[in-house]
Amino acid sequence: MASFVDWIVGWVDWFVTWTFWDSYTGQGTIIVAQVLAVLAPLLLAVAYLTYAERKVIGAMQLRKGPNVVGWFGLLQPIADAAKLLFKETILPAGANRVIFVAAPMVTFILAMIGWAVIPFGEGLVLSDLNVGILYLFAISSLGVYGVIMSGWASNSKYPFLGALRSAAQMVSYEVSMGFVIITVLICVGSLNLTDIVMAQKTVWFCVPLLPMFVIFFISTLAETNRSPFDLPEGESEIVAGFFLEYSSMTFALFFLGEYASMLLMGAMTSILFLGGWLPPIDIAPFNWIPGPIWFFGKIAACMFVFLWVRATFPRYRYDQLMRLGWKVFLPFSLLWVVLTAGFLFAFDLVPNR
Amino acid sequence: MILKPLFFYLFSFVTIGAAFMVISSRNPVHSVLFLILAFFNSAGLFVLLGAEFLAMILVVVYVGAVAVLFLFVVMMLDVDFAELRQGFLQYLPVGATIGLVLMVELIAVLAGTVVNANVAADAVTPIPPLAEKSNIEAIGALLYTKYIYFFQTAGLVLLVAMIGAIVLTLRHKEGVKRQNVAAQVARTPETSIEVVQVKSGKGI
Repeated sequence: MASFVDWIVGWVDWFVTWTFWDSYTGQGTIIVAQVLAVLAPLLLAVAYLTYAERKVIGAMQLRKGPNVVGWFGLLQPIADAAKLLFKETILPAGANRVIFVAAPMVTFILAMIGWAVIPFGEGLVLSDLNVGILYLFAISSLGVYGVIMSGWASNSKYPFLGALRSAAQMVSYEVSMGFVIITVLICVGSLNLTDIVMAQKTVWFCVPLLPMFVIFFISTLAETNRSPFDLPEGESEIVAGFFLEYSSMTFALFFLGEYASMLLMGAMTSILFLGGWLPPIDIAPFNWIPGPIWFFGKIAACMFVFLWVRATFPRYRYDQLMRLGWKVFLPFSLLWVVLTAGFLFAFDLVPNR
Repeated sequence: MILKPLFFYLFSFVTIGAAFMVISSRNPVHSVLFLILAFFNSAGLFVLLGAEFLAMILVVVYVGAVAVLFLFVVMMLDVDFAELRQGFLQYLPVGATIGLVLMVELIAVLAGTVVNANVAADAVTPIPPLAEKSNIEAIGALLYTKYIYFFQTAGLVLLVAMIGAIVLTLRHKEGVKRQNVAAQVARTPETSIEVVQVKSGKGI
């Protein structure tokens, strides 16, 4: 028995210290493995987020939701994926082919690459960028391209209207999101996501910056085109909006991209305001639970509110949406930036001084 | 490291290729999309230089906001290419002359420049290594001290431009129903409901 254990230990030791890992191919293999370790659970989470959405909304409307495929309908997302995979991809005759096919890929890829900087625990991050939050902001502001490109390339009026709505909406809400991020940054003194989480060790930022937390959450709803701001897809007036002409895998990529960016926004909210992987209080029963599980729980809580909002509120009218973004959120968040900066300066709390 | 030069050449060639396509592609929407590709690869070049803050700002501001509005406008333009090309030969001499003059000027300027081999050492403020001082700290320390007046003036110029654009386009149309949220919220049952006792067979 002991010799067997020695044999295993020897192999593991050889494997870990293998010179192959120092070569370019080895480094590349490690990076690919790390990326897969993030993306595989993410795609699974996306699949079950769609299931959760149908179940939660079903429960709120006193229905059962999916309950036929598998136990409690648990295999429903897989059945849906298989169905979409085997459908025919239709390219409309008048469409601009290259952009038409590229648009869903852009949406999907952008929703994926944001996860490169998300810290799942202390040191558990693919790339610990100095400008992590700026990278996330850049990625989320690019999300609009998938929508615009698809709307234009479809060469059809409803997708085009959806794309125009989406472009105006996302650009408007990015402004207030930027100010919210600045408020958090002046409290932290760093753009690094790990630093932002560590700065919340004593108190989560959702407590002192509660109004900003609310604004940020509503802006993320608008940024991901979720209801009550889902005007770009507005079924009742523009059929399905920007992805009207899409079918099969191209449609599935839009769907996956949208849900993955919802999760990304949830992760961003958790990191900025809910203390990332930190437990609520650093005492015995809470800090036994590992960080990634706290992080997962916080994202799940954010997602539940996303679904709750969808089941509760009617869709905004477009002029009201613009009014809320430009005339309410923008001045308020600007005021709050000034207030926070003034407060930190007056009480000598400015970080890094 | 062989990867860094490899990525440098990748980013540079794609930037140049995309920039060429911006001016040569026939469809204006394709032009804007190639412009975005060029922006992206320039951001990649910034990252290779260690200027991560500038790279991200380039993506956020130019790709995320400016190019979106650009694309927005270009998509809505109904460009008739046949009509655009109509006077092509007529305007060719004028255009060619302007182009030639500009090229001569560029050559005159570029011929006189000497690239200083010690450009990094001779800089007014030397670039600190990334580990010592972060990008943002370095830029902030320079922008808000030495160049504060230029920075504020640039901001004011942009503000004036914005106000100008709003003044030029804002028209208050008469006879349009507008939503007044304050008035809506301030309504009470007393001001909006009238309870009338109607006797049967009488009407109001």
